[in-house]
Amino acid sequence: MAIIEARGLARTFKSRRRTVEAVRGVDLTVGDGEIVGFLGPNGAGKTTTLRMLTTLLKPTAGTATVAGADLLRNPLEVRKKIGYVPQAIGETMGGTDPSCLVIEELLDQAALYRIGGGEAQQRAGLLIDQLELTGLEQRLVKTLSGGQRRRLEIALGLVHRPPLVFLDEPTTGLDPQSRSNLWDHIARLRSELGTTVFLTTHYLEEADVLCDRVFIIDNGVIAAEGTPDELKRRISGDVVTLRVSGADGPARTLLAGQAVVREITAADGTLKLTVERGEQALPSLLRVLDAADITLESINLSRPTLDDVFLTLTGRSLRDDSHSPAANGRPAREPAAASKE
Amino acid sequence: MSFIRDTMLVFRRQERLALRQPAWVIIGLTQPILYLALFGPLLKGLPGASLGGGGNAYRFFVPGLLIQLALFGSTFVGFAIISDWRSGVIERFRVTPVNRLAIMAGRVLRDVVTLVVQAAVLVVVGVAFGLRAPLPAVLIGFVFIMFVAIGLASVSYATGLLVKSEDAFAPLINTVVVPLLLLSGIFLPLTLGPGWLQGIARISPFRYIIDAMREAYLGHYFNTIMVEGIAVAVGMAVVFLWLGSRVFVQENA
Repeated sequence: MAIIEARGLARTFKSRRRTVEAVRGVDLTVGDGEIVGFLGPNGAGKTTTLRMLTTLLKPTAGTATVAGADLLRNPLEVRKKIGYVPQAIGETMGGTDPSCLVIEELLDQAALYRIGGGEAQQRAGLLIDQLELTGLEQRLVKTLSGGQRRRLEIALGLVHRPPLVFLDEPTTGLDPQSRSNLWDHIARLRSELGTTVFLTTHYLEEADVLCDRVFIIDNGVIAAEGTPDELKRRISGDVVTLRVSGADGPARTLLAGQAVVREITAADGTLKLTVERGEQALPSLLRVLDAADITLESINLSRPTLDDVFLTLTGRSLRDDSHSPAANGRPAREPAAASKE
Repeated sequence: MSFIRDTMLVFRRQERLALRQPAWVIIGLTQPILYLALFGPLLKGLPGASLGGGGNAYRFFVPGLLIQLALFGSTFVGFAIISDWRSGVIERFRVTPVNRLAIMAGRVLRDVVTLVVQAAVLVVVGVAFGLRAPLPAVLIGFVFIMFVAIGLASVSYATGLLVKSEDAFAPLINTVVVPLLLLSGIFLPLTLGPGWLQGIARISPFRYIIDAMREAYLGHYFNTIMVEGIAVAVGMAVVFLWLGSRVFVQENA
């Protein structure tokens, strides 16, 4: 069952001189219980789409059903059913007041959803446990660390136990440790509560680790969607790099004849093979070489990253304009040890 | 009704935050009390007739200071909504089922309560300096400044939310408030001025409100000055409240 169903969602901003089409017709279907990632560079229409789906911005065209309610006709019903955790870095922050106590924020948030008294206390206590905020109840928000504050903001989005939660760049600005800690929490939202998670991110590894499915948005339209693996496969095959001892000629002839090998090049004893599904191709390739008594010195499987996908689809690297620590020029192809797959 | 419920919810949250930093309430009071102590004595030297009769300079001066308190206290509240917007709190509230108008109304209510407390302190200090006015007059004065605060705070919040920048907000508010304040005859009677000034002063709505408050302080409750004052105070509150609420309930912000 689809928990988000958007058709032709569009938003045009009119300023004095010009008209900006921030989002130009987005179609989205998100199933119940999925974790989906919304990927795109700044200005691609990511946040605008998210703001439309969360009733913060009225679409100029299109229709959507969010958590069972019509976005345009019944935004109040949508608000009751969704959780929203705003982006924490940028013009506006993640939604907590620096001068509030942690517990006050949780109880106030519950009250906004008409949850009060013992029920609110109990839910706040549970969230404090779940998001590792124990002992911080009486602390002012401004004294929290970045990771703690982000966890509180996520807790606020969950007080009313929404079936669907939107996380706008949940881990941007956090140190790597807090980030992977938050990934655990997000993954648990689905595994323990069955919550559907719709998140936007700059981090490709975040989408890779966390998301069942990814939408890539560019220039206000969805450029591609699929599981991270599907997307990577669609763009280019996996690359197997082999080093053989002795001459590479026989190995090359042998491997070129294999059905799984799409392309092969050889130079100085190193063979580069482009294959469909590298992790499945490897064992058979190894068997063939072994049968022909060709000795391998090394073997390496590298898979395209989501950034390669992005680059191929949009002609731009996602990292170029991201303020992510991942932006520091790692190789485009991320080598993954064959054993890891 | 959910609007009232939500307004009280926002009010309690804002009140709690305000009480956490009571310094601002006290700082807001310092200025009028300084005027009372350091400027008030000068008025005693003026001929009683120019102060509208009654022979008590403080009956003239305290209503003016109350309006000044309301004017400054309420027009600058928009600053706080800019930081609330920046911290993402406004957006967070807007995604919940809370009544969007209550996000403003709860804050305005907090501002009105704060103002009445400040005004009560100011009147008590005034009495210590020599103010003598009937109790109904004092209460009528409070009602007037409550209307002023409701209107101005609403517009201030709406402006803050539209401008979204403290750097733009402060000069904007000053540009509007200071001329209005000067044209209201808060410190000295406008009747002392030349005819052209008295003419221009007709455009300041606060002028009518102060005149009505001064009438009340003199014990005159039923006359055209009073009717004019009430009409202006209520009219201004309604129009400004409506303008402010439009910004808060609109779909996109």
